[in-house]
Amino acid sequence: MQADYLVISNGQLLLAALLIVVNFAISLTFRLGLAQSLMIATVRMVVQLLLIGFVLEWLFLQQNPLVIVAIALIMACVASQAAVGRTKRRFVGIYWNSLLSILVAAGLVAGWGLGVTVQVEPWYDPQYFIPMLGMVLGNTLTGISLGLDRFMEGLVEQQDQVETLLSLGADRWEAGRRLIQEAVRTGMIPIINSMMVTGLVSLPGMMTGQILAGASPIDAVRYQIVIMFMIASATAMGTFGVVLLAFNRLLSADHRLRLDLLRPS
Amino acid sequence: MLTVENLGRRLDERWLWRGVNFALEPHMRLGLVGPSGSGKTLLLRSLVQLDRVAEGQVSFEGQPLAAWSLPLYRTRVIYLPQRPTLFEGTVEENLQMLFQLAVHQKRCYERERIVDYLERLNRSAGFLDQVAPRLSGGEAQILGLLRALQLAPQVLLLDEPTASLDPESTARVEALLETWLRADQQRACIWTSHDATQIERVTDGILDLAGVQDAG
Repeated sequence: MQADYLVISNGQLLLAALLIVVNFAISLTFRLGLAQSLMIATVRMVVQLLLIGFVLEWLFLQQNPLVIVAIALIMACVASQAAVGRTKRRFVGIYWNSLLSILVAAGLVAGWGLGVTVQVEPWYDPQYFIPMLGMVLGNTLTGISLGLDRFMEGLVEQQDQVETLLSLGADRWEAGRRLIQEAVRTGMIPIINSMMVTGLVSLPGMMTGQILAGASPIDAVRYQIVIMFMIASATAMGTFGVVLLAFNRLLSADHRLRLDLLRPS
Repeated sequence: MLTVENLGRRLDERWLWRGVNFALEPHMRLGLVGPSGSGKTLLLRSLVQLDRVAEGQVSFEGQPLAAWSLPLYRTRVIYLPQRPTLFEGTVEENLQMLFQLAVHQKRCYERERIVDYLERLNRSAGFLDQVAPRLSGGEAQILGLLRALQLAPQVLLLDEPTASLDPESTARVEALLETWLRADQQRACIWTSHDATQIERVTDGILDLAGVQDAG
């Protein structure tokens, strides 16, 4: 493939690595105690990125949809684990709830975004499918994580209010609706904020990458708009889905608050 | 009316109470006594299904609770916690908000009735304009009581309903509850209190949880 961008050699990578020396110097001079973590972080960053580079090289050569779907499923599993990993409390089945929400949200959005909107042929073309799915998953998991955590914390903090409403005749919807709203709102704030300032404060990474790779800025912007809509939609669906599933479990069908199902993580 | 059969509640490995049996008949005032930590509050919460029981069955008007729509049941049998939880807003808004619930939609807020209750408690209608979260413990208990009474329940489960009140207010609350009970032959209540003389004064029968603890 003829690249119309400058290729970075190993020597040039070393030159870039010199920049991190600044961090070591500051840490050692002011005894921040960060040198060891910095070292580990530096090595991890380089190794992980080089490895994923090889994986992607291999992946983009794949023609078999089953292989690509399998990779997508693995990505969704990792994302759903990570989403639950950041919550302060757990309940049995929380991982399945997270996975189900992510699969449905990302699946629908990827179908609409790639199949119907961008019209990639074939739909599973890994060059489009994998990076765009990755961006959708990465953002959806933040929404799921925030929403789920807010909902569970809300139930614990407002246990008295919820039980007071229940004991005066509220059904579980009436008792939990406000907490559902708060949780979904919390989960959606980051993507709304990011849509507000995108292009003004930050240039999105994908767009920057496309421009560096030689795409015209106008084309790159169009891709960015599509991906922003995909992310916003998947975040909303995923957050709403996971909060509803948690609601269904923690405010049970017999109109009882089941905080006894919650365990600290 | 409200029948409890072989109710048992486990806390970790031990039984808090087990083999609790009683039948609350119309017009009955049952005193629930037992030392602190014997699970009086948990028993009252179990009767309205806020808590799960390990075994046994509660029935109301001949139907097991599983056959009842719980929101509806909880308007007939109301549990009044010792420290009522209040919502943002004034006392009146706290009373009004309940009529937005689906189960109460056929009724509406009756201010005159509340003012009448307040007079019986020697309080002015100005109480309705106070900011609910700033009420004292005793005033919160009064709001909790009004909030339950306005729904015209059939059974009240009263958890230390006068614990934060002075003697005069206590007497007035007792009198108000007596009036409520007499207004309808089908009404009944369960009281818990740490004050043995109050239990003697306001109830006709006693269920002692110490007697059923660790039984069986």
